[in-house]
Amino acid sequence: MSQHRSSGNQRVVRDVVFVDGVRTPFGRAGEKGIYAGMRADDLVVKCIRELMRRNPALPAERVDEVAVAATTQTGDQGLTIGRTAALLAGLPRTVPGFAIDRMCAGAMTAVTTTASGIGFGAYDVVIAGGVEHMGNHPMGAGADPNPRFVSERLVDPAALNMGNTAENLHDRFPRITKDRTDAYAVASQNKLAAAYGDGLIQPDLVPVATMKPGQGWTVNTVDEPPRPGTTVDDLAALRTPFRAHGRVTAGNAAGLNDGATAALLASSDAAAELGLPVKMRLVSYAYAGVEPEVMGIGPVPSTEKALANAGLDIGDIGLFEINEAFAVQVLSFLDHFGIADDDPRVNRYGGAIAVGHPLASSGVRLMNQLARQFEEDHSVRYGVTAMCVGLGMGATVIWENPHHADYSGAGRSDALDSAGIPASADPLPADTAASTPTAGAAA
Amino acid sequence: MSAADFRKLADLFPDETVTHSYVQDIELPAVGGQPSPGLFALITLDNGLDHTKPTTLGPNTLVELGTVLEGLRERAASGEIVGVGVTGKPHFLVAGADLSAVKSLDSREHGLWMAQLGHDVYATLANLSVPSFAFINGVALGGGLEIALQSTYRTVSAAAGALALPEAFIGLVPGWGGVYILPRLIGPENAVEVMIENPLNNNRTLSGPEAYKLGIADAMFEPADFVEQSIAWAAGVISGDVTPERPSAVDPSGPGVADRWAGAVAAGRAFVESKTSNASPAPAKVLDIMEANRTMSQAESAELECETLAGLMQTDEFRSTVYAFLDLVQKRSKRPAGAPDRKLARPVTKVGVVGAGLMASQLALLFARQLKVPVVMTDIDQARVDKGVGYVHAEVDKLLGKGRLSPDAANRTKALVTGSVSKEPFADADFVIEAVFEELNVKKQVFAEVEAIVSPDCILATNTSSLSVTAMAEGLRNPERLVGFHFFNPVAVMPLLEIVRAPKTDDAVVATAFELAKGLKKTAVLVRDAPAFVVNRILLRLMGEVTAAFDEGTPADVADNALRPMGLPMTPFDLGAMVGLPVAQHVQESLHAAFGDRFRVSQNLQKLIDNGVRSLWSPTADGGKEIPASTLALMSFGTSPSTGEEVLRRTQDALAEEIALMLEEGVVDGPEDIDLCMILGAGWPMFLGGITPYLDRTGASERVTGKRFLDPGVASRA
Repeated sequence: MSQHRSSGNQRVVRDVVFVDGVRTPFGRAGEKGIYAGMRADDLVVKCIRELMRRNPALPAERVDEVAVAATTQTGDQGLTIGRTAALLAGLPRTVPGFAIDRMCAGAMTAVTTTASGIGFGAYDVVIAGGVEHMGNHPMGAGADPNPRFVSERLVDPAALNMGNTAENLHDRFPRITKDRTDAYAVASQNKLAAAYGDGLIQPDLVPVATMKPGQGWTVNTVDEPPRPGTTVDDLAALRTPFRAHGRVTAGNAAGLNDGATAALLASSDAAAELGLPVKMRLVSYAYAGVEPEVMGIGPVPSTEKALANAGLDIGDIGLFEINEAFAVQVLSFLDHFGIADDDPRVNRYGGAIAVGHPLASSGVRLMNQLARQFEEDHSVRYGVTAMCVGLGMGATVIWENPHHADYSGAGRSDALDSAGIPASADPLPADTAASTPTAGAAA
Repeated sequence: MSAADFRKLADLFPDETVTHSYVQDIELPAVGGQPSPGLFALITLDNGLDHTKPTTLGPNTLVELGTVLEGLRERAASGEIVGVGVTGKPHFLVAGADLSAVKSLDSREHGLWMAQLGHDVYATLANLSVPSFAFINGVALGGGLEIALQSTYRTVSAAAGALALPEAFIGLVPGWGGVYILPRLIGPENAVEVMIENPLNNNRTLSGPEAYKLGIADAMFEPADFVEQSIAWAAGVISGDVTPERPSAVDPSGPGVADRWAGAVAAGRAFVESKTSNASPAPAKVLDIMEANRTMSQAESAELECETLAGLMQTDEFRSTVYAFLDLVQKRSKRPAGAPDRKLARPVTKVGVVGAGLMASQLALLFARQLKVPVVMTDIDQARVDKGVGYVHAEVDKLLGKGRLSPDAANRTKALVTGSVSKEPFADADFVIEAVFEELNVKKQVFAEVEAIVSPDCILATNTSSLSVTAMAEGLRNPERLVGFHFFNPVAVMPLLEIVRAPKTDDAVVATAFELAKGLKKTAVLVRDAPAFVVNRILLRLMGEVTAAFDEGTPADVADNALRPMGLPMTPFDLGAMVGLPVAQHVQESLHAAFGDRFRVSQNLQKLIDNGVRSLWSPTADGGKEIPASTLALMSFGTSPSTGEEVLRRTQDALAEEIALMLEEGVVDGPEDIDLCMILGAGWPMFLGGITPYLDRTGASERVTGKRFLDPGVASRA
């Protein structure tokens, strides 16, 4: 479709940019939650429609793919939800879609998978996001783990329960105490409340109307999970449901939540052609496996891999958006890289402990927040979005700030004619290597 | 006054299904970088039931809504809220006034209270001191649409269906402000279309996009996030960022508007006359109020609206319409009286049509389009078969051209209809219907041939309009499989199907026939095998009386216009010409053979037929009609002319007599089925209640039979 799309043995890797991202306010899962009685697919649809409304320069027929992640792909999250959401959102029938799953890193994987397609030249513009209505789909519902996990001792059955893996992480790193995790959790609540106060969260929220029996329609515009004003003393009183006298509580972990996210990605060429804004440039990404029993450590190897791919060092990273499935898991990451618990580069707007974690949707929330921080802070060149994943994985995506003085991407300067800038102009070694024409691609 | 003052009315309805008014405060979104314009109170009208139970406005509902609005008026005055919205449960804003409540108001005073209650509540909505918004998310009929009209601003969902002011059809007026506001909002011509033309055109309603185009709504949003976008739009309006444009709105005192207003009212009156012969009072009252209120204040109009409503609520035309519309068309048609258990029905996967003439071809098209099963047409030679199949294909192409069928569906439908000169392809059919010449022996021979080929449980159906199904079954190997399946012309349009049960027809066959009717989207009524069944017997009795009066010497225009007070869709002579004089005469002859002189065969009519005259009337150059001298010369007349009143009365009496006999014979289950048949098969008006409520209220039933067909209160005041 695009004149810039290359093919055959002249293929070059193209820059991928994050154009925009939105999400629904997150809700508490369960009968009293704001989304009780609501369908998961409708939540995604609201996000897709808001993305299209916010980006009127994008003709709907130019969307080449809609990838939507969900951990449980049955019922209102079934039927290839990327395709159903595209149809329900009113995108043209010519726009395809698919469903994707990597549990908590679902939306992140939707982004990196479609971004790879953009880089390869298969797409110009995509929508990638995720949804989890944990009220409609309790964690693990309908799962049927292979008995070989147990009989051959492949995975400790306890590792299928995420809370247990968090306790295991405490065992591995005795330095990470309950006091530290509780303090971290309180800070997360405080940072989110401050970000709300500064109006930094609201701009990327899609209002969602809901109607409840005996109450009528209302419109939800703020997250339901946060508990601002939580103190360390409050948290000390909570029980430890995963282990008697344990360390992991509902207070220092993300809750069970409902919500959806969606992002718009494009090749930098297409963004320039269509006049779409560039909020971030994708630098590299990586996934890594770890022992399922300590899945929370996953972001360490995935981040190391992504940094190596990009030719960067942890010291080059100015902002971290790391998903807070559990405080212990974030702290294990920070300890590994020698970063302080209260380092201002980390989760400036708070994290999942405060805002919630509707599993497969969370990846794009991290990106939305990093993009807004890039906009706020032009001194930062590189940022990381990272998360741990059930069954022992980590996921990391590294982004570059287009507002930074040394921004290497094509889309930044209005003065540059983006049409003429191939990816090989990028000074980064990894990208340079990738831009070399590959003979195999002709096949 | 306040809504609570009408508690006395609400208390008369302790069993009302109340549609509640739930309020949620919503902080309006910020607009254009400014802070939020403030708090918005959104009312949701919800009866807590699913979409099969529409929300309606009964006295208790209105008192609750009014009380809620009075509370919001206080909050608006104190500056607590900056706007009020009204929306509904999914698929409905509100389906209108609770008609079962309204029709049970048997005193004028109570009716007046009901009218005043609505005005009281809506006046609160219209005078809150902050703007009000209706978010029309779905069905909005009558008083439901008037809630929206009384609001300051309106949004509509692009998926909303059934927006209308159907009062003129029901027998009332849009008297909760609609008749005042609508002409000012969308112009007098459009208002007449909505309040008069649509109701009298089979109660047509508007879709969301149509309503938006007319100017009834200020903004339209897609259903996927209709409430969210409506709220955002309201925030824009309240903050001054959005100013709705109303290009169709008129100021009644503006230049030229008086003439437009009068012109629209006059056009409306002409339309009412052409559709109803002014036989029902309501449509004219709508136009009377509209005509008068151009120079009135809204409060003055409201008073007139209330008085008019109170009067109309007590009319038999209103009661009969509610009976016809709610009890018959909406309810009884879905649960046909006497139909066997539907579980007995057998699947129909292939249909045979004997004959390839016009009727047969229409049937083949209907079966293929609606049932989507193979249909084989047979006839005696290839040329006839080709003509029949060709007709179907050409009709499919017409539908394709009009966009009513997709290319794929057109291909599918055409491929389903095939023709054959042999009946062999019927071998695996489940249902074979004949539409051959109306001659008993011809039909019996056809069925004998078909029976030799089909399986023992293949259903045989006849589309006869006048022959005995019982006689046709004689000689069949399996007489229990024969059923009458009587359509009305044009088959694609007329909604009625008379399913005729002969003495030997078995339950499974009748059950299958009813399921088939449903598949064909027809309303079926079970009829016992009797000459001409229901619709034709009544129509022919009526036409026979008028023709007899004509033959006796009554002037043609007197005879033919004598039934105008009934408001029938066409005069008897025009009906005869439309059906075809020979066809009408043929049915009349069979009825005469069965029943004697109640059905008199006109010799004058026979002379016209013999001389190839197709209609008594011919159009004149000035748009009128006359009987040409050449036609008059063919006929001879008696010397005892009747007045129009006499013709009307004898026709009423004849109908009462005939219907009483039909009920005695057990032709149908009850007078309700007669009424349903006349409404759906002959297009008789609902303000007659079909026919038996009219015969009751004119006294004909008691004159002729000594009793009414329906108890007082069923389709009339109790």
